[in-house]
Amino acid sequence: MKNDNRFLEFVKQFKKNRSAILGFFIVAILVIFALFAPLIATHMPIEQELTNRLLPPMWEEGGIATHILGTDDFGRDLFSRIVYGARISIMIGAISVSISLAFGLIMGVFAGYFGGKIDIIIMRLVDIMLSIPAILLAIVIVAILGPSLMNAMIAIGIVGVPTYARIVRASVMSEKNKEYVIASRVNGSNDVRLMFQVILPNCTTPIIVQATMGFASAVLEAAGLSFLGLGAQPPTPEWGAMLADSLQYITTAPWMIFYPGLAIFLTVLGFNLIGDGLMDVLDPKLKEK
Amino acid sequence: MFSYIIKRLLWSVPTLFGVSLLVFFMVHLSPGDPAMTLLGDHASKEAVEKVREELGLNKPLYEQYITYIQKVLQGDLGNSIKTKQSVLQEFKERFPATVELAVVAMILAIIFGIGAGIISAIKRYSVFDYSAMFVALAGVSMPVFWLGLVLIYFFSVKLGILPVSGRLGYEFYVEDVTGFYLIDTLLANDIEAFWDALKHLIMPAIALGTIPMAIIARMTRASMIEVMKEDYIRTAKAKGCSHFSVVMIHALRNAMMPVITVIGLMLGTLFAGAILTETTFSWPGIGKWIVNAVYQRDFPIIQSATLIIATMFIAVNLIVDLLYALINPKIRLS
Amino acid sequence: MKKLLLAVLLLISSVAFAAPQYGGTLVFGRGGDSSTIDPAHATDGESFYASTAVYDNLVQFKYGTTEIEPALATSWDVSADGLEYIFHLRKGVKFHKTNYFKQDVELSADDVVFSLKRQFDPANPYNKVGGAYEYWSAMDMDNIVKDVVAVDKYTVKITLKKKEAPFIANMAMDFASIVSKAFADELLKKGKAEDLNRLAIGTGPFKLDKWIKDDRMIFSANEEYWDGKPYVKKLIFKVIPNNSVRAAELKTGAIHIMDFPNPEEVAELEANPKIKLVRQEGLNVGYLALNTEKKPFDDVRVRQAVNYAINKAEIVKAIYAGLGKVAKNPIPPTMWSYNDEVVDYDYNPEKAKALLKEAGLENGFETDLWAMPVPRPYNPNGRKVAEAMQADLAKVGIKAKIVSYDWSTYLNKTKMGEHQMCLLGWTGDNGDPDNFLYTLLSKAAAVKPAQNFAMWKDDEFTSLVEKAKVTTDVAQRTELYKKAQVVFKKEAPWVTIANSIVVAPMLAEINGFKLDPVGKRRFHKVWIAK
Repeated sequence: MKNDNRFLEFVKQFKKNRSAILGFFIVAILVIFALFAPLIATHMPIEQELTNRLLPPMWEEGGIATHILGTDDFGRDLFSRIVYGARISIMIGAISVSISLAFGLIMGVFAGYFGGKIDIIIMRLVDIMLSIPAILLAIVIVAILGPSLMNAMIAIGIVGVPTYARIVRASVMSEKNKEYVIASRVNGSNDVRLMFQVILPNCTTPIIVQATMGFASAVLEAAGLSFLGLGAQPPTPEWGAMLADSLQYITTAPWMIFYPGLAIFLTVLGFNLIGDGLMDVLDPKLKEK
Repeated sequence: MFSYIIKRLLWSVPTLFGVSLLVFFMVHLSPGDPAMTLLGDHASKEAVEKVREELGLNKPLYEQYITYIQKVLQGDLGNSIKTKQSVLQEFKERFPATVELAVVAMILAIIFGIGAGIISAIKRYSVFDYSAMFVALAGVSMPVFWLGLVLIYFFSVKLGILPVSGRLGYEFYVEDVTGFYLIDTLLANDIEAFWDALKHLIMPAIALGTIPMAIIARMTRASMIEVMKEDYIRTAKAKGCSHFSVVMIHALRNAMMPVITVIGLMLGTLFAGAILTETTFSWPGIGKWIVNAVYQRDFPIIQSATLIIATMFIAVNLIVDLLYALINPKIRLS
Repeated sequence: MKKLLLAVLLLISSVAFAAPQYGGTLVFGRGGDSSTIDPAHATDGESFYASTAVYDNLVQFKYGTTEIEPALATSWDVSADGLEYIFHLRKGVKFHKTNYFKQDVELSADDVVFSLKRQFDPANPYNKVGGAYEYWSAMDMDNIVKDVVAVDKYTVKITLKKKEAPFIANMAMDFASIVSKAFADELLKKGKAEDLNRLAIGTGPFKLDKWIKDDRMIFSANEEYWDGKPYVKKLIFKVIPNNSVRAAELKTGAIHIMDFPNPEEVAELEANPKIKLVRQEGLNVGYLALNTEKKPFDDVRVRQAVNYAINKAEIVKAIYAGLGKVAKNPIPPTMWSYNDEVVDYDYNPEKAKALLKEAGLENGFETDLWAMPVPRPYNPNGRKVAEAMQADLAKVGIKAKIVSYDWSTYLNKTKMGEHQMCLLGWTGDNGDPDNFLYTLLSKAAAVKPAQNFAMWKDDEFTSLVEKAKVTTDVAQRTELYKKAQVVFKKEAPWVTIANSIVVAPMLAEINGFKLDPVGKRRFHKVWIAK
């Protein structure tokens, strides 16, 4: 099978890319945390021990071995909250990217395929959305829907739509006049079939790269919203919300700041490394020759 | 060229109109009641009714929108619910703080970003290149609010050498001339105040500059490598010019074209960063103002500030595009 | 010998400290900026801090108490029917002169008439400036005040629509501050009437020099202040939103007095020899309202069971962290008529279970528990209090689901009685028990949108507080309110949680600062020892 060979070639190339491998490992750890959270975590993420509030990490003076990274202002175990937080981050990335992708695909394919008035209307909408900075638009949307994790994911998903729409439209436009499309049309394929079964599968490369990077930025934006108090609400162990909680303890309990932030950073870095690697392997034109 | 400018300008009108419509309806369909927010736990039935009437919240939505647009066209962006003052006035009072922060952050980003990018490109595959590019990728992945907190912890809490919040220590007083403290303190010939203002700026500027710096570094490197492969560079090299001058004079000039475009278009990233950075450092600028307005559901601020920012955005994009078209006539044809 | 000399020197210097010293700049670090400096438009504490510094009232709260004393009015007479108040103004009081207002103006009756009438008289040009006057409405002044008239230059007559004992206390509240009519007229002429929200010309101890939004307000001493010029020369309000950072700034001496420290950090601040603390019980109460209109809270036994089930002492200890005291009455202990004989429900899960069984709910029930999304003086963290209560209630079989909305939606929905149990609280406005008991628990307050979040309609209680409202004799009113508190406890429409304790840490060299129970911050008696 031709496709199999392509896949093997891809794996070979990907393996040569050291930073992509690093990213892959980071994401693998994240996924393991998320899948086996109840086994890895030492406590339940929302379990409070009011007698053990604001404990430092175990290796610092005053820390105890049962709370590896210390506890927060409620006596909740930080390590366990970070482990469970991996689930939330994966969920945020997956749901936001799915929302962006679903709407972005439809809008992009329609605009690129039909052109003309449909294209103008869709692209106008895209322009309008892009003329408001993404995080501002997300904040306005969350302010309207009310602050919650679900609404933050919806907001981030909506904000991402124009980028996907543009990328898909560009790919569709470059593909739609190619010979195989014309051949298929001559063979009697209808518009829907042409759009989604003939053209779209040939536009996957930039979409996959964008979705990987989009996963990273979704996690980052969601953490930002939660940090502003507009995303996940306590006691949800979301990393950005944990940081917002820690603000008041910057002088007394700095460990509450370090570890959740590190988790956000590594997760985003992991997906960005993979995205970068994918770009190298799948679409070398985008990078140096 | 002229018709291109006109066309672009005309296009921005419906876009702005769309923005106003989008934001207005989003804001007005929200479940929160501004009148109630305003009155808090002291709201009585009569008070709420009175405030609703004052704010015109009892009229149908389309009527409210028409009134709003009419006023906007006359330059009246409405009044804040919370402070009663005009949104424009409030905006003007805070805008210089954000611009000052953004400019300093951008200068940092450009100096370090371009510098690192060039060195990486010249010393390709060196240790410096790998580490610089890894740092750049890390920079793109950095939650700026976290970076800000970590900076505060080390430089303010631990070392006690940099101030945590605000723009200027209380012992200093500057007369507003430009609104930029770095300039105003110099105009007032108050060197101590200048240093103090600078100290207040360092951490927020680093936090805000990190992502642009990373993007610029990556862009510069890629662009330099591309240019250095061109024939004329090879020729210059063959002619025996010293390696340094080849790089600096020929390559840099050509490589900077796409970099400059990216810098121009980075305003969005910068603004997004400003919202989080200003919140972290309680920097009295636009970002913090908008976040506060969201907390207080001050909807005239939310809708008008979004409109102002979108306008500035469109204007900057337009200017960047036009400059690009001026320099690079090929663009106009497409 | 040396030691003795040192001791003598210290003694001498401490004696020298005792006499107030003039001069210096006082920096007050606070959590947020003022919204407006117009006292009639302001609704939040941060705004009142600033307007209190600049403006005076006809009467004022004696520094650090809820007692009323003369201010711009040196005396007042009340007619026999209680409907007519004549205020005699202090003579020779001058309004501020600043870089934005240079006229030399003496306070007169016209200023008083303007300051009050703009809030209710549609003919006043300022009536529409900046929208509705919310506090005026919130205090129900439209239904209290009939007219305000200048009798002569130094005499003002206020007529009322009905007999209202707490009226004189209302006149000490910020919304009734006296602003300069001359300045307002000048702004109006320039077409800048709304600037009254960011510039201020009053008669108060400090003049507003400059306001840098979200950053600081700069005041200078009013050298001609009628109550003696302030000790400090300059006063700065600096905004530092993060409590922890604000405490750090105090330790370095960058600010002199700080507002609202983190409860957790109070002990550490207290141990610091450079810092001292001033404490004051706040005029507030935090509570859990049980919606008596909804099942099963219509049953008094269930309400009592909830009272028994919640471990208030533990919650106050963990979440208020020493900055609160368990509350048993709906009014705070600093308020007159507080009934200390009332016996509170103790923490007793067994009794709670027994009461639930009696009410036919031995298997418990499911309900919702609404948590406020914002910290308030009476409840530093609604969410945390709710989480702790949830755990307590689970022990007696009540499964409570925590519900939260943004602040305005939260209020909107609770006012319509959509909740079963909700956390809320109240900060007193004018130091009068009526402001708690009638405003929060009477039948009139249960009309939706309600302030009576328990939707509690008790005939006995309501008739007691209604009678107290129209009685001018304080001893009689005290008796009525004491009885009302007994009824309240027995019927248990709320779980009273806590009265907060407000703490202001400051540098050791700061003297003369008191916290006002009504939530003001006043600085004109504060001095810095050098």
